[in-house]
Amino acid sequence: MASLPSALRRGRAPRIPVYLLLVWTWCRAAAQYPGSLALLALAQACSAAAELTAVLVVFGHAGELAGFTAREAMLVYGLAALAFGTADLLMGSVERIGDHIRTGSLDTLLVRPASALVQLAADRFSPHRLGKAVPAAAIAGYALATLDVPWTPGRVAYTPVLVASGVAICCAIWTIGACLQFFITDAREVANSVTYGGQALTEYPLGIYGREIVRAATFTVPLAFVTWQPALYLLDRPDPTGLPEWLRFAPPAVAAVLCALAALAWRTGLRHYRSTGS
Amino acid sequence: MPSSEPSAPAPAEGPVIDARGLGRSFTVSEGPLLRRRRRTVDAVDGVAFRVRPGETVGYLGPNGAGKSTTMKMLIGLLTPDRGRLRVLGMEPARHRTRLAARIGIVFGQRTTLWWDLPLRDSLALTRHLYRVPPRDHARRLAELTDLLELGPFLHTPVRQLSLGQRMRGDLTAALLHDPDLLVLDEPTIGLDVVSKATIRAFLARLNAERGTTILLTTHDLGDVERLCRRVMVIDHGRLAYDGDLAGLRDRAPGPRTLVVDLAEPGPPVEVPGARCVRRQGPRQWLELEGNPAEVIAEVARNRQVADLTVQEPGIEGVVARLYQGDAALAAADGGE
Repeated sequence: MASLPSALRRGRAPRIPVYLLLVWTWCRAAAQYPGSLALLALAQACSAAAELTAVLVVFGHAGELAGFTAREAMLVYGLAALAFGTADLLMGSVERIGDHIRTGSLDTLLVRPASALVQLAADRFSPHRLGKAVPAAAIAGYALATLDVPWTPGRVAYTPVLVASGVAICCAIWTIGACLQFFITDAREVANSVTYGGQALTEYPLGIYGREIVRAATFTVPLAFVTWQPALYLLDRPDPTGLPEWLRFAPPAVAAVLCALAALAWRTGLRHYRSTGS
Repeated sequence: MPSSEPSAPAPAEGPVIDARGLGRSFTVSEGPLLRRRRRTVDAVDGVAFRVRPGETVGYLGPNGAGKSTTMKMLIGLLTPDRGRLRVLGMEPARHRTRLAARIGIVFGQRTTLWWDLPLRDSLALTRHLYRVPPRDHARRLAELTDLLELGPFLHTPVRQLSLGQRMRGDLTAALLHDPDLLVLDEPTIGLDVVSKATIRAFLARLNAERGTTILLTTHDLGDVERLCRRVMVIDHGRLAYDGDLAGLRDRAPGPRTLVVDLAEPGPPVEVPGARCVRRQGPRQWLELEGNPAEVIAEVARNRQVADLTVQEPGIEGVVARLYQGDAALAAADGGE
């Protein structure tokens, strides 16, 4: 692999480089078919554009919903798509674990001296998934730049943390959903209702759905911390559903807890797999 | 099972595999949905064996005998629930990843290579995963490319390789990190005669020259006859035999066959101590029951004989008898 960056080529690499290495290799494999790669990336960008259009049409007609203007809704959409798109980029392949269990290829991951989760996450990595994350970042950036955000040093520093927390929350939810497949063969559909369904939910300001949905998305599957709470913080707005304001500082903690749960789910799933040998 | 195992590497001269009282049960549900009953099945029950460095061991058993369960426990894919198991001094279920760095595994039925990548890239990835120093990797790859004739398809995506080529690729991937133990699960399944011979010759050489310990499961007894000085037979979760091939023949002796080429075709040869089981032109197959020398003398007295050979019972027949009792003999031996 002559074209590997020299830092990787020197080998003796710890865990993270294994991920990068696999990602790099898959990118090279995907680059063998540049036409297909470009089309797939375009398709992803088109679907992002269509979603954004839907958001803008809704807000264009209503003018304002739950106190959010179209431009503000754009910020929410951008944050949602950025978190979801990046999580899909990093961990999207994990949801294929059911196939790996069925075909037995999980065994081949497990007999290599590297984390099976890392191998699974990097499996068939394709850069076309950037087609979602990159436009999403542009949309969020554009909305942030044009909106009247009261930029204080604290806000400037906390914004990337919020984005990173959103990505981590999505990654964790994705992993937990995938781990269900260790126990139930066709759990993928169930998990998708939370991952993809959750994304559709977070693309709009949660305030438009009503109090119960906001509470559910705060205290059960904590999607409210991906876009809703960050948006409230960035726009410096009180919570219309009456939840306390300190919740907007919870995303990093929520992300940490969810990641710990995801790690636990993975370990439990793997232990179950090794005790059933299915 | 001992609870606190320190992370100890294998002592240089210790056994490569040390299994004592190894057991693994599964709970299976059966019956119609409403009256489903759960039953415990002992897939592996009290299996004990040791494999010393440099041995080549064939692990045989009918489907469902516990072969795969044992193999999965050896490489840490399955946690044993009884007994003690050490592979290269490590407890496989606990030290799966660390153990993986020192063993090579080939599954005949599925590839460990990356399906969509060219073989070369797959092998390069392997080098990073196993952290092989570049120079060692280059040397071994050149060696293996030469021995297994990988050259023509190094740049072909794995999914486009023939089964024989894929198997050679898989063997290479399993050996690039110079493992102490090579575990092969049905390595010649589905291969043509030439590919089988290539793989067997390569494994024999690997064992002879590098001293790599090899454990292989197979249904192809040709693999065993060519490669394995030691054979273990598992049946119903228990070791039914552990010893050399000759001992296996003695353990379940079958009749030898006398192949007689007569000067010209004729009626079945009838002599005391032998029974004609097959005829084809001037050639007849006699199942020997009595003393071979007397039978041969008697045949020569009665008929004009062009040639004579005595055939040992086929290993297939021996194993079949061990599995199922003598009833299976006729079917498996077939007089070939």
